[in-house]
Amino acid sequence: MEKVIIETASVPVFPRHVKFHFNKQRDQWVILAPERLLVPDPTSVEILRMCDGTTSVNGIVGKLVEKYNAPHDVILKDVRAMLQDLADKGFLTT
Amino acid sequence: MSMMTEVQEAPKAAAKPKVQAPLAVLAELSHRCPLQCPYCSNPVNLERSSNELDTVSWCRVMDEAAAMGVHQIHFSGGEPTVRKDLEDLTKHASDTGLYTNLITSAVLLTKERVNKLADARMNHIQISFQDSEELNADRIGGFKGGHKKKIEVAHWVREAGLPLTVNAVMHRQNLHHLEDVIDLAVELDAERLEVAQVQYYGWALKNRAAFMPTYEQLSWATEVVEKARVRLKGTLVIDYVVPDYYARRPKVCMGGWGRRFININPAGLVLPCHAAESIPSLKFDSVRDQSLQWIWENSEAFNKFRGTDWMPEPCRSCDRKEIDWGGCRCQAFALTGEENATDPACELSPRHEEIFGIAAHEAQEAPPPFVYRRIA
Repeated sequence: MEKVIIETASVPVFPRHVKFHFNKQRDQWVILAPERLLVPDPTSVEILRMCDGTTSVNGIVGKLVEKYNAPHDVILKDVRAMLQDLADKGFLTT
Repeated sequence: MSMMTEVQEAPKAAAKPKVQAPLAVLAELSHRCPLQCPYCSNPVNLERSSNELDTVSWCRVMDEAAAMGVHQIHFSGGEPTVRKDLEDLTKHASDTGLYTNLITSAVLLTKERVNKLADARMNHIQISFQDSEELNADRIGGFKGGHKKKIEVAHWVREAGLPLTVNAVMHRQNLHHLEDVIDLAVELDAERLEVAQVQYYGWALKNRAAFMPTYEQLSWATEVVEKARVRLKGTLVIDYVVPDYYARRPKVCMGGWGRRFININPAGLVLPCHAAESIPSLKFDSVRDQSLQWIWENSEAFNKFRGTDWMPEPCRSCDRKEIDWGGCRCQAFALTGEENATDPACELSPRHEEIFGIAAHEAQEAPPPFVYRRIA
């Protein structure tokens, strides 16, 4: 497995062994991987739902800037840090 | 922006059930296995194939599990690929939305079957390795040619586009190859490596003196893992399971009894953990007689050690009682003869020094021959 670096032009996507899944019974979004279960908070869910294999990090940040009327740099920093952390743990690729 | 919580349980706003639903089901499809690993976690009394649950029953159980909100199903055994209906079970589980994971020795798999499992939407495959060195690996598994076959299957798994975990069970007779085992996982292009020190239940307890490492060997292994984790960050996830004989506090066994996991044995008995049958006083219910939900909430075996009410002192007043949930009941019983006793892995147990002194002593002696896992 190559190390994944999340750049602004990267198009993040869930690798095949990771399922980002809405569990109806629990009314909850979860990230499922072997022996792992992550429960993302609502902000993370919003970002992860945009990790569809076509939207770039830049694209994701753009939408969030528009929606929350927040500074681009701040959002970019947070989004990249969160996605990189997931990539380091093997939950996300590009 | 705050991030995520690992294995945080779901808060439920309305109609809160008595007990929160389990996160995962371990489905032991069969106790049959071509390997004879002397550290097998299966009970010493193995179920025969004539007692195994049929396809329809497993499918019903998976429907029930998904309806409870269970996230994951792990197909395990014995060797789950001895079941000819594994593809059908996988497909059914995927249809219900469960995350599917195969825990296999791999030696029975063909390339064709790996592709069929991929088509059935198996999400992940975990292959066990007994060592990085062929001769020693085949000796430990009691299966000639096994190691070579596993490597071949691992390549087929990657060719089929399936993610791979290498599971390496480590102990005093292979721990010195740990660095090579890590290299093997990298060579096989695995996403994840489990370095699992032997846990001493069932067959492993019978063979404890053959497997127990010294404290020094363990410390070295921990250092090797820590270094590899830094070096391989972002390319290989390494999970490390340490044996608790040298610990000061017990492990959080199964995330707490009856809190997160359900284990279903080949005959359909529902167990709080895979070793629970080693406690003779426990009565288990079967999916042949009751629904999974009913068993989870009402089965005597699940309620006996659920929560903290059952705890003796010093556990009852311990500030860690809702962290480690009293450690491991099977270990407490195996080592003290009392299932309610404080887990001897805890330094507050009156038996801690005596029992772990025995293990430390065993680790210094020449290893006795293996008692291989066999159906009696």
